Amino acid sequence: MLAALRCVIHRDLLLAVRRSSDVLTVLLFFVIVVSLFPLGVGPDPALLRTIAPGVIWVAALLASMLALQRMFASDYADGTLEQMLLGATPLGMTVAAKVLAHWLISGLPLVLISPVLALQFDFPQELLGVLALSLALGTPVLSLIGAIGAALTLGLRGAGALLSLLVLPLYVPVLIIGAGAAEAATSGMGGHAQLLLLGALLIFAGAFAPWAAAVALRISVE
Amino acid sequence: MSINWFKYSSPQTFFPLAGKLALGFGVLALLACGVGLYLGFFVAPTDAQQGEAYRIIFIHVPAAWMSMFLYLVLAFWAGLGLAFNTRLSGMMASAIAPTGALFTFLALWTGSLWGKPTWGTWWVWDARLTSELILLFLYFGFMALQAAIDDPRRADKAGAVLALVGVVNIPIIYFSVKWWNTLHQGASVSLTKAPTMAATMLTGMTVMAFGFWFYSIAAALMRARCIMLERERASEWVADYARGSA
Repeated sequence: MLAALRCVIHRDLLLAVRRSSDVLTVLLFFVIVVSLFPLGVGPDPALLRTIAPGVIWVAALLASMLALQRMFASDYADGTLEQMLLGATPLGMTVAAKVLAHWLISGLPLVLISPVLALQFDFPQELLGVLALSLALGTPVLSLIGAIGAALTLGLRGAGALLSLLVLPLYVPVLIIGAGAAEAATSGMGGHAQLLLLGALLIFAGAFAPWAAAVALRISVE
Repeated sequence: MSINWFKYSSPQTFFPLAGKLALGFGVLALLACGVGLYLGFFVAPTDAQQGEAYRIIFIHVPAAWMSMFLYLVLAFWAGLGLAFNTRLSGMMASAIAPTGALFTFLALWTGSLWGKPTWGTWWVWDARLTSELILLFLYFGFMALQAAIDDPRRADKAGAVLALVGVVNIPIIYFSVKWWNTLHQGASVSLTKAPTMAATMLTGMTVMAFGFWFYSIAAALMRARCIMLERERASEWVADYARGSA
């Protein structure tokens, strides 16, 4: 079974490498959205320092949602998904592998580039680690929850707008806690409580979301 | 004597029953809302701190209760439909959703009207207000997903998965007051300690809550009847019904 999972992850990563422009588009979207905020609210360093965690988190949320539609769409279009549904590997495990691959492609680059963007906002350097860690714990949760929405809207007309309507409300707790971690760290309280909560959300979503997404996939494909 | 538990699980037998129940609960709702509003606006005393403005509580609190309760009922029917593959459960879930969204909107609207004279602002980003707003989005998402899917069976099942995922939000709403301690006042009514309000206020609010509950049942059943007719339009009994009422 693990071999099958490794195979799914390897295949998705290979596809992403072969079409690297898809990965770069999401990353560029993230960078551009974050860079737009100082242009909109003004270059005052004190203001930028306060809004930095929130802006970076909202941009990460939008970027991860932008990438969601591709999670199952191409497999659905070329029939691979049906083979996965029929295969011997439990569908929940296959979905978990696909989510992991999706996060490595669309989530991890955001985590890695976020310290650079935070510096643009004059965010304190010693707290960059907390911000990156909150994103590292939070973005997989976004991918996991998003997988359910992506599976439910598979093959529907207007799937993109519908997907955001379904998924964004469910992202709210992650956003509150994730942005709260960096804010708590800047105010001197330390972000440990929020980081632990994010970890709890990650474990919870990791246990249940692939299973729910698998049920949703069976409904969408039957 | 054996009871046939599934007698009313088919649209054909449930349709006339739903009509009778909707009428009964509609009458009860009118009575309860009439009594509740009379108690609230004429019998209950003026609040020492908030003056007359507090009287919006008689709409606001029951609406907020119903908004959360209806989501649970929706998720219950959705889960039942997903587990037992029954047609009627999905119809009930989609019939409840608009009423739930209505009460969520009503709770937000009246809360905003109440917030202006008491807190001095229409809106604060407090945990309970925010969760109620998210609940409204969840209702909208459920309805939008069902509207986007043409096949009603797939729409029911996909909506059911979404409703069950969204039901995680209900405890967050309820416990948010304890988690994020902000501007919103704590719950005034609890089962463990004596309520911090006059007995007539509590009676009025309870009667209003029952009124809203009966209204929800009546409205959901009426809507379920329409959905049944629409989905079963090819069947014999709908044709009979159409001929009988024409």
